[in-house]
Amino acid sequence: MVTISGKSVFGGVSIGKLVFYKRNDKVIKRIHVDDVDTEWKRFQDAKDTAVSQLKELYNKAIEDVGEANAMIFEIHQMMLEDLDYLESIENIIRTQEVNAEFAVATTADNFAGMFAAMDDAYMQGRAADVRDVSERVLDILCGVDTGIKEMTEPCIIAADDLAPSETVQLDKSKVLGFATMYGSSNSHTAILARTMNIPAVISLGEELRQEYDGKIAAIDGFTGTLYIDPDDETMKAMQEKRARDLEQKALLEQLKGKENVTKSGQKINVYANIGNVSDLGAVLKNDAGGIGLFRSEFLYLENTDFPTEDQQFSVYKQVAESMAGKKVIIRTLDIGADKQVDYFGLDKEENPALGYRAIRICLTRPEIFKTQLRALYRAAAYGNISIMFPMIISVDEVRKIKEIIAEVKDELKSEGIPFKENVELGVMIETPASVMVSRELAKEVDFFSVGTNDLTQYTLAIDRQNSKLDQFYDPHHPAVLAMIRMAAENAHAEGAWIGICGELGADLELTEEFLKMGLDELSVSPAMVLPLRKRIRECE
Amino acid sequence: MKEFKYVVTDPEGIHARPAGILVKQAAGYQSDVKITKGDKTADAKRIFGVMGLGVKTGEEVTITVEGADEDTAIAELEAFFKENL
Repeated sequence: MVTISGKSVFGGVSIGKLVFYKRNDKVIKRIHVDDVDTEWKRFQDAKDTAVSQLKELYNKAIEDVGEANAMIFEIHQMMLEDLDYLESIENIIRTQEVNAEFAVATTADNFAGMFAAMDDAYMQGRAADVRDVSERVLDILCGVDTGIKEMTEPCIIAADDLAPSETVQLDKSKVLGFATMYGSSNSHTAILARTMNIPAVISLGEELRQEYDGKIAAIDGFTGTLYIDPDDETMKAMQEKRARDLEQKALLEQLKGKENVTKSGQKINVYANIGNVSDLGAVLKNDAGGIGLFRSEFLYLENTDFPTEDQQFSVYKQVAESMAGKKVIIRTLDIGADKQVDYFGLDKEENPALGYRAIRICLTRPEIFKTQLRALYRAAAYGNISIMFPMIISVDEVRKIKEIIAEVKDELKSEGIPFKENVELGVMIETPASVMVSRELAKEVDFFSVGTNDLTQYTLAIDRQNSKLDQFYDPHHPAVLAMIRMAAENAHAEGAWIGICGELGADLELTEEFLKMGLDELSVSPAMVLPLRKRIRECE
Repeated sequence: MKEFKYVVTDPEGIHARPAGILVKQAAGYQSDVKITKGDKTADAKRIFGVMGLGVKTGEEVTITVEGADEDTAIAELEAFFKENL
């Protein structure tokens, strides 16, 4: 087995025969011609044929990949009719008295060279476009058949690089994947592969050898790996990964846009948990109804100093705008315990899980808290943001938080900075104390979100990071479920809503139980949204 | 001769697609249309020339129009830049 690493441009797994894309090798010779007028006319005819081919390709591409992606073939037509390009070719034919092929090849080299020399990666990539269109004219001039090589069975196409026109011309029903030696994730081929949902790995380099032609290969588009002659173990792993991926995609097709509703008509919201802006794509792809937990910690963990208000604002705003009116619940800073940041200057603790963390830091260092709240209230004006506070144990904490919020709003108002007046507020239910006072807490806030990981650890007094305790750890412990039930009853008694944003929310064995408790929302990792939706729709 | 200056706001600058639509637009006028960035000037009717300028977002270009329909052309081109680039 040979393993080659490259860059992934589209996630997905495909297994099949590797077939090298064969181009018709043309050797362009410089030949003297006497009748330059006829030669120029010969070029113009070839160019006209090429332009009409590109028009057809453009129409095919509009159907396959949409107008925006098809535009490249219109640009290609313009390149062939560009006066600089034509003048260069005519000039070479007339002054050097040479054949059209030579003039085209020379001009293509010059123009591609101009792009390659530009100080911009995007423009450098356009050298490939110049070569692609010139190649087409040369094929016509040389009388080479430009038709696509016949593919009798589905296969993985290997090539040094594929021009956009080559990618689009392939019979898609026979293409399992693309593997190329060069190319960038900006190349049109990469964009087209993504649009056509074909697993592709690029930049595999010289290790992708012609001698592999005809061998069985597997593409792992998630990791950007190509396996040639995969061994049994790899083959099995790839087949399983492929099956999971296809199952997920099938589920997506089937369940996308469907309601999270049980057979008897009970509805529940299914949201997604995210830890970074980069997860937004997965949230939208998996059709989550909102974001039930946006962990704001990454802003702090990825920085070497406190993130500024503007830095935070732009991130929160981006998330709110991307979700276009759907609910986005942002949890304020939850640093401490297992999440440490140097610049906070926190002391080492004997018992960090019970220590100086989360809201306890925010309430004793209000300057840090206020910066985050200002950013949140400003961003809330751009979408449907809710704010929730972690590690709450008392009603008094909530009242203090509200005082600080009132100060923040006054400050923003006096500075004339736009913000949203009424933002939905909630607390995390992750301590037994918060459950016991949940009736009082529910009078103060709009919603609860149960953090089952911490709630389980604190209820069972089991350190979740100590693997020796695994045999004592029961995630379905009746005490934990009783805690959740109690919080739900108290929330509803005071008109608040309640959801779960911990791992238990994705536990499909408990879905029915949670529905019975009357929970209003479950927030899970993006990949679990659709399996959970499926489970809900199966419940009575 | 008429001219206007414009700062490109398209985040990708005048890359292939915008260059294509600009060339199409410019080709519709009788007048000569030139686009200048710094000390480089290109014929706005020629796609290689326009792309060759490598105009990035935030950079200023000057559009110069000269010919019979320069009044219409300058007005329409200015609107075109604001709309598309």
